[in-house]
Amino acid sequence: MNAEIATEFDTEGVQKNFMFVNRKAPYGSIYALEALEMVLISAAFEQNAVIAFIDDGVYQIVKGQDTKAAGMKNFSPTFGVIEMEKEDADEDPDIDMVWRIVVERDSMEQRGLTAEDFSIAVEVLDSAELADLMNAQDVVLSA
Amino acid sequence: MKFGVMVNEGPFTHQASDTAYRFTKAAVEGGHQVPRVFFYFDGVNNGNKLSEPQADDRNLVKLWGELAAAHGIDLVICVAAALRRGMKDEILAEGFRISGLGQLVELGLATDRTVVFGD
Repeated sequence: MNAEIATEFDTEGVQKNFMFVNRKAPYGSIYALEALEMVLISAAFEQNAVIAFIDDGVYQIVKGQDTKAAGMKNFSPTFGVIEMEKEDADEDPDIDMVWRIVVERDSMEQRGLTAEDFSIAVEVLDSAELADLMNAQDVVLSA
Repeated sequence: MKFGVMVNEGPFTHQASDTAYRFTKAAVEGGHQVPRVFFYFDGVNNGNKLSEPQADDRNLVKLWGELAAAHGIDLVICVAAALRRGMKDEILAEGFRISGLGQLVELGLATDRTVVFGD
């Protein structure tokens, strides 16, 4: 006998802390692009979000990306949309969510990058700080 | 406990789907709830009914559908990821449905833990 399947859950008024962990370089695989789509949808739900870049994921937000020769869509401008979502959330008292954009320091430095190399404003955190932040989350989605 | 499960890799090419299936099965058989499994990235290929593994191997597409029917699990394929990969209603296996990424956020909100299986 088949069990009944619920396709809607009551989440009215529930707010949680989401972290999106971006670990992969932007164009070698589809992870970065589809992870970005995941982040954008969470804004519509007014959830707290930390968008973290670690390992090769730090390359996703490097300035001046040009994908023409590779024939692929340059989705790096969309990170600017995330930055705008964050600014809106910070400034508009009617938007009840907090967004943070963070980069792990070792990942950045090991690749010869500084915060000035990124197209958006980020908080640079040590791995221990990032670990604490990760522990404080309700939902961690990683790709 | 209530678990939300996310599967980010396709069947057969990667262990993630097998491990997610076994986790989900163990959870529901152990008295926990898994109201929904959300399939994203290449994970959407888990819902392809045209998949035909060799007869002496496990058939993950079928296993997911059977587990869902037995325990009332909502198997959701992300529409954006599915369209990119040619996964459409016409080839959707029994027990699966196609919907939006909002279903993933909702799953995170409705469960105690979200467990991600991927690379």
